[in-house]
Amino acid sequence: MQILLDTLSWLLLIGGSAFAVIGAVGLIRFPDVYSRMHAAGMTDTLGAGLILAGLMVQGGFTLVTVKLALILVFLLYTSPTSTYALANAAYSRGLQPLLGKRDTGAPPPSAPETEPS
Amino acid sequence: MLRAISLGLVLFGIWLLISGIYTPLLISLGAVSCLAVVGIAHRMDVVDHEGHPIHLGWRALTYWMWLTVEIVKANIDVARRILDPKLPIDPAVVTVKASQDSELGHVIFANSITLTPGTVSMRVAENTILVHAIATDMAEDVQSGAMDRRVTAMEGTVQTHLKDAS
Repeated sequence: MQILLDTLSWLLLIGGSAFAVIGAVGLIRFPDVYSRMHAAGMTDTLGAGLILAGLMVQGGFTLVTVKLALILVFLLYTSPTSTYALANAAYSRGLQPLLGKRDTGAPPPSAPETEPS
Repeated sequence: MLRAISLGLVLFGIWLLISGIYTPLLISLGAVSCLAVVGIAHRMDVVDHEGHPIHLGWRALTYWMWLTVEIVKANIDVARRILDPKLPIDPAVVTVKASQDSELGHVIFANSITLTPGTVSMRVAENTILVHAIATDMAEDVQSGAMDRRVTAMEGTVQTHLKDAS
């Protein structure tokens, strides 16, 4: 039984970590502020959610599990609010989102410009 | 009044769950803190259908379950796009109709859109929400109105509730 719970908990922890890492990769690969927010959104929904679920399985029926559940609830309430504040601020300041299909698969044709130091 | 009592009970319940030390001194300190918070919240006039939306009740729970499934599906979709070497994204900005009656309903809808990876609310106006989507088909999903209908159904009794309160 304990082995079963440990396996389940580790699967959840690894799954959550994978989503957090993929979110971080997306943060680098996506082209502009708005699309990067989608990648960050993955980290704080399924990434954090699965990691907390894995820790809850480790906690069992204790107060620790209740606290972890509360952390998840507060995270699900606050993170969309802060993301909205960020998106709304960027849009209000007139930052235009990049639209349409992007061809970012190919390497850039010219060498990256060096900043004058 | 009912809301104030309910808020106090919820706060005290959370205190008990987070504290974990059940001595008379700490429990009475918790009770005093909760009463103080309810008193301050009452003076600030935030104990209303927005500050403490108990009227949503069990419908909120079924909505959360549906939203969780949507979030998981959207997460997998966005993860696939990130890991694809071709980076198949197609960002779009669309206007989505928000058919909720109250501002609380608009906030729930806008936050649900943001919570689902692939779509972010950029601006909430009178009855529309400006949404940035990572791909055109995700924008079409939001525009189809499935989520809008569910949020409206969840907060559907707000009007009658407000009538009862006044």
